[in-house]
Amino acid sequence: MRMTKIITAAAISLLALSSAAYAAGDAKKGKVAFEKNGCWQCHGYQGQGGVAGPVLQRTQLPYEALNNFVRETSGAMPPFSKKILSDGDLEDIYAYLQSIPAPADPKTIKLLNP
Amino acid sequence: MSEDTAKDGPNRRKFLTGAAIAGVAPAIATPAAAQGAAPRQVPSALPPTVTQIAAETGTPGEINRLGGKPGSDFMVDVMKTLDFKYTPSNCASSFRALHESLINYGENKAPEYLSCMHEESGVGMAHGYFKITGKPLMTMVHGTVGLQHATMAIYNAYCDRVPVIIIGGNDMDAATRPPGVPTFHSAQDINAIVRDYTKWDDTPTTLQAFAQTMVRGYKIAMTPPYGPVSISLDAGLQQEPIAAGKNLYIPKFTMPSPPAGEMGAVKDAARMLVNAENPVIVADRAARTPKGVGLLVELAELLQCSVVDQGNRMNFPNMHHLARPLGAVAQADVIMGLELSDFWGVVNTYTDNGVHGIGINGTRAKATAKLISISSVELLTKSNYQDFQRFQSVDISMPADAEATLPALIEAVKSELTADRKNAIAQRGERAKKVREDIRARELAAASLAWDASPISTARMCMELYAQIKDLDWSLVASEGNVSNWPNRLWKMDKHHHWLGRSGGYGVGYGAPASVGAALANRDLGRFSVSIQSDGDLMFAPGVLWTAAKHKIPMLSIMHNNRAWHQEVMHIQRMASFRNRPSNYGGDDGPVGTMIQNPDVEYHKLAESMGWWAKGPIKDPAQLGPAIREAIAVVKSGQPALLNVWTQPR
Repeated sequence: MRMTKIITAAAISLLALSSAAYAAGDAKKGKVAFEKNGCWQCHGYQGQGGVAGPVLQRTQLPYEALNNFVRETSGAMPPFSKKILSDGDLEDIYAYLQSIPAPADPKTIKLLNP
Repeated sequence: MSEDTAKDGPNRRKFLTGAAIAGVAPAIATPAAAQGAAPRQVPSALPPTVTQIAAETGTPGEINRLGGKPGSDFMVDVMKTLDFKYTPSNCASSFRALHESLINYGENKAPEYLSCMHEESGVGMAHGYFKITGKPLMTMVHGTVGLQHATMAIYNAYCDRVPVIIIGGNDMDAATRPPGVPTFHSAQDINAIVRDYTKWDDTPTTLQAFAQTMVRGYKIAMTPPYGPVSISLDAGLQQEPIAAGKNLYIPKFTMPSPPAGEMGAVKDAARMLVNAENPVIVADRAARTPKGVGLLVELAELLQCSVVDQGNRMNFPNMHHLARPLGAVAQADVIMGLELSDFWGVVNTYTDNGVHGIGINGTRAKATAKLISISSVELLTKSNYQDFQRFQSVDISMPADAEATLPALIEAVKSELTADRKNAIAQRGERAKKVREDIRARELAAASLAWDASPISTARMCMELYAQIKDLDWSLVASEGNVSNWPNRLWKMDKHHHWLGRSGGYGVGYGAPASVGAALANRDLGRFSVSIQSDGDLMFAPGVLWTAAKHKIPMLSIMHNNRAWHQEVMHIQRMASFRNRPSNYGGDDGPVGTMIQNPDVEYHKLAESMGWWAKGPIKDPAQLGPAIREAIAVVKSGQPALLNVWTQPR
């Protein structure tokens, strides 16, 4: 139990850290950077994801984790180095993704309940 | 090259010979006969037709300049026995004689000539038509340049295991053919350019050989695995009159029975499936006919096992509690592949991550999983084109037609089921129902993202459409534009004609003509056709829109207009990032050479110019539903309609 509490506390601290970085970003600029750097190509203009890339809007990943992934990924997504995508742009993109409103509950969307 | 050319002038004897040949009746068994019904028996000698009686008893009219019945009239007689309903073709001099015979001597019926703007459209229409009817069409092409135009569509049909009968006109006799253009358009062996991706080809040099070639070619095309055949037709043979005294005959066609799996292997497979803890069936082109869907459901329910439908046909109802995405194979101890185009890709993965400049392989299935393959494609032996994919070792290999093998496999499974196994299988089924509900909830949640976005989300577009067609007898005739597979994930698909699969060879340009061909077939069956038409695909040969309007083929086409060849957008971006350099967009929204913008193509105006009702561009999701309602009313009146919808990329 004690161990669980420690892990939970650590996770909250990490989220707090990532929130700080996220707070540094500008969502408006992030939307522009998201489009300018081609993120939309696989993830959609609102980071909604699809067959080509996972959902990014309101990602649960802390900023640092997203940054590490973008820089170091060896999966299907190609890495974006700082030369291509600056830390500043990435912070803005993170802010943009967090700013996208949550979707409506699918049960309330008539067309999704034919 | 020709049949023995008549040396003397026109005479009554030769005229009567030709007329007698015209009396040969259709001798074709229906596709249904191949699915269990006994083949129709046709007598070898039939009573004379009205035409024949008139020729025998009436006074001959003015004898034609040719001096007798043209060879191409006999060719029409042969074609009529094979019951082609249509021939979508682009006109050309090398088959002018046959063309003339079809529309005048043959009265432009069975087959009816459909005017196409491009040979690729003719083949693509035949491709889509077959997927609805199970019956092949014949298309005629100019022997060299026309066949060259048709090649990509033929490759798609080959990879998609679809029969198309291609007739290529060719003027073979260098001593007599017209010089200049017709000689540019002649070749020693026109079939050479498609030989690698047709099941068979031939160049008959006499009319009697032609009759045999047509019937043989039809039979080969219609024996699973189905495939296109190409027949080179000499212009001289078409044009010259039938020689006096020739006693031509038309061979009777009998529908071949499909090759079924050997019973020993079938029993081994049944034993393996029954005793497995988590068997998974993966189906690709398993359901050749509507009957195949029912057989697969019966087998899956007997075993209560997951079924992955890879989507090259509508194999399995997508809302069934046993329907699963490909990830289901990860936990399988037995995987049975039915007509898979790529078994390696089912049990393995490939990540395009640029490692070593290429990518890395991985595994999707357990190393201990037992593999069973039933596939008629193993009976095809071609070398050059790599549609056979990577080699995958399996534990039971049946080079046989899956649909034809399923009845025996179902009976063998029933024989193997003990009370213990029945109990375990029933419990597996109950667990599967819960999993299915979870999958559905996840799909709906994913669809709700970007619901009000502009450009319009592909999920929203698909559901706006589905809401208005779901109560009709609808058929999604093409969905080549990649819309994140929303129709397959969200629409209820339980009929064979709800989903026709993809192009086969992934040659872009299939969607538009195949959808028109399928809509033609659906028109005759009273069904409502809808296509999700991607922008890049349409622009390869948009003239097929005119063909649809010209021949009054109603269909609703919703443009998935993402303003790009989007797969290539991602490819170039990926290459740039692997190489650690920004991608040059050149003023567009994506890499140079991959975007269809600046200027934007006004697809609604393009369609309107060719006789369609059209509207667009629609960028606001709130405007889409009313526009679809309008378009559906137009389609119900018999006219094709297109909506140009600006969409999210995928």
